[in-house]
Amino acid sequence: MSVPAGHPLLEVRGLCVDYGAGPDAVHAVIGADLALHSGEVLGLAGESGSGKSTLAYAVTRLLRAPGMITGGSVGYYPGPGTAVDLLAAEEGTLRVLRWSQISVVMQSAMNALNPVLSIGAQLTDVLHAHRPGMSKAARRARAAGLLAMVGITEDRLGSHPHELSGGMRQRVMIAMALALEPQVVIMDEPTTALDVVTQREILQELMELRERLGFAVLFITHDLSLLIEIADAIAVMYAGRLVERAAAKALFRAPRHPYTLGLLSSFPALHGPRQHLTGIPGSPPDLRRLPSGCVFHPRCSYVMDRCRTDVPALVPLAGQGNSEAGTARAAACWLQDGSSPPPPELAAPAPGLAGTAASEPVGSWQAGGTT
Amino acid sequence: MTALHEAAPTPSTSTPLLEARDLTKHFVVHGARRGRAALPRMARASRASRASQGGPPGRPADDGQVVHAVENVSLALDEARVTAVVGESGSGKSTLARLLCRLIKPTAGQLLLDGGPVPRSGRGRREYARRVQMVLQDPFSSLNPVHEVRYHLARPLQLHGLDEPGLSLDDAIAKLLERVALAPADQFLRKYPHELSGGQRQRVAIARALAVRPRVLLADEPVSMLDVSIRLGILNLLGDLRDRERLAILYITHDIASARYLADTIVVMYAGQVVESGPARTVTDQPSHPYTQLLLSAAPDPDRASPPALDGRGGPPSLVRPPSGCRFHPRCPHAMAVCATATPPAFEASAGHLSACWLQASDLTAAQASPLHPRTATTSPADTSSNDEPGGGDDVSPDTR
Repeated sequence: MSVPAGHPLLEVRGLCVDYGAGPDAVHAVIGADLALHSGEVLGLAGESGSGKSTLAYAVTRLLRAPGMITGGSVGYYPGPGTAVDLLAAEEGTLRVLRWSQISVVMQSAMNALNPVLSIGAQLTDVLHAHRPGMSKAARRARAAGLLAMVGITEDRLGSHPHELSGGMRQRVMIAMALALEPQVVIMDEPTTALDVVTQREILQELMELRERLGFAVLFITHDLSLLIEIADAIAVMYAGRLVERAAAKALFRAPRHPYTLGLLSSFPALHGPRQHLTGIPGSPPDLRRLPSGCVFHPRCSYVMDRCRTDVPALVPLAGQGNSEAGTARAAACWLQDGSSPPPPELAAPAPGLAGTAASEPVGSWQAGGTT
Repeated sequence: MTALHEAAPTPSTSTPLLEARDLTKHFVVHGARRGRAALPRMARASRASRASQGGPPGRPADDGQVVHAVENVSLALDEARVTAVVGESGSGKSTLARLLCRLIKPTAGQLLLDGGPVPRSGRGRREYARRVQMVLQDPFSSLNPVHEVRYHLARPLQLHGLDEPGLSLDDAIAKLLERVALAPADQFLRKYPHELSGGQRQRVAIARALAVRPRVLLADEPVSMLDVSIRLGILNLLGDLRDRERLAILYITHDIASARYLADTIVVMYAGQVVESGPARTVTDQPSHPYTQLLLSAAPDPDRASPPALDGRGGPPSLVRPPSGCRFHPRCPHAMAVCATATPPAFEASAGHLSACWLQASDLTAAQASPLHPRTATTSPADTSSNDEPGGGDDVSPDTR
């Protein structure tokens, strides 16, 4: 869990995605800013309909109509001096980049794998398309090696997806995503449908592979408690907007947005005295009829007059360990604008801050330094 | 934040509202005679791997294969108590709920309602359905999309009769909606399921179950389809129903943390059998069975400082040919010789805390207690995983390979 340094590998700025056009358009993602650094695990948490999958599809340009990217930029920086604008890239450029540089593990392995082709055929197909010089034997050997990497024996190359258990199918998906040694792997709820023990096994394998191969992961899930364990940094989405961004432990110990606080207190603990938890009152908004002002205000217990009318921007917070742009502590909440001290639950001291605060110019992040 | 049930309500000493004694359910595998059709998944591959390892060749399809879905499960649901059944998919927890609801017939064992046997007559079945109601996992498919909320709640009231004379149907429905915190009621009466959020739908499903004034509520994964932020609302509603209306609730889940939160008693199932049961906090804080320990170590826990060590990789066994002895022994890091041969009885780990594990036995001989698979437990191939389908049998214990 090293603190990533330098330029991000993937940078999303002000990304907006609509479904449909005109006045009836549904704004699925509104002004998302994210930065994924090399070798980092960035978690994207949110409930269903919060736009987290849409964001992933937009970043990889896999979004289908009626989904439309209406604004922002996505930059991919594979090495010093090279930069690719993914939103402007031609189809040919994307075809080269996808899978070899940026690969995706889809949510439902059963649907993502082709049911009439063997695992081996699907694995070698990737190599066939992207490594034209490779011999048939070499492709097969590579496919076997990939399966071995995720703990599946070679004799399963001839199996079809229906012959594998759910955990094995998901492992095959991960092996396929890593076939061309990409720099970025986007995982959309990769373990949601699995049992808890299988989920844990796959996550541990994934983390070992990341240590070994050094790829960066954008990990999308609704399970914040899991994310806190495996991610380096976490961004929380609500109704299409990023509401908070922080290092994983900081987010857990010291949430700054009421929604994050609510999510954290929606997971019963495995230890300690049993506490009565309330979750978050109400239910997520209908994206066709978003509330005015802060989208969270109808469910927020700290709601103020200003929240009903003005939309808070995701701004870096003053003096809270903003060492690099990517892991900058940021929250979109009027409570954190510095005009008055936030309630104590939303102002807990961030862990590890003492060590880093001294070395950084706190004054450089003034409250209200909007993006 | 208030401490919840720290002084847990004392278990009622009276007869449980619903009791299951040694319930067993075997499902017949159809098409067993047709050879491969009976072994649809994995069979070819496992045959190939066995051949390459010099193991036995593909097994012949034999007649009368059954899936041992639930085996000798005894359970008591007391008034004003929540009993949680925790287990992986395929552990038989939903089959157990269907047995308790009398949707399917047990192969063996008996059900006792209020201490008495359950009548078999049509009238008796109807009375049973009134007393024991079920809430299903998916509120998106358990409500009829062409009917309004009012219809869903009016049907059970009309079919089973209103309990309170003088109360009109509409008043009874409004009262029901209030009991599940859907207020004001007239806002919801004319709504169709698709106009409601997931949490509201599940509340309607619970209200429908409550309409006939049941004493026992069987909730099969009632929150797993819902958004994270509204799950607690439903769990708290179930807790309220226990406290206010003294319902006996069976809460089926794969999430042991939510079981710890809601339940008074936790029952852990593995491969169709109960492996551990006891007071909720005792089971989660001092788990005695290695499988419960595995479940707890795999559960997400933000407080954990380092990645957990998983003791017992791989997946659940085939239920067509379950492992001999303790069904967990092929995965168990502590497996002993006795585990492969004899099914462990339920040992009392502490008061009211039962654990079906030979580790709890005090009088094993040295031969019985010798380790079964000393070093293979952690290095076994990561995936013989999840042979949770019939015929997927990897039920050979590692020492025979």
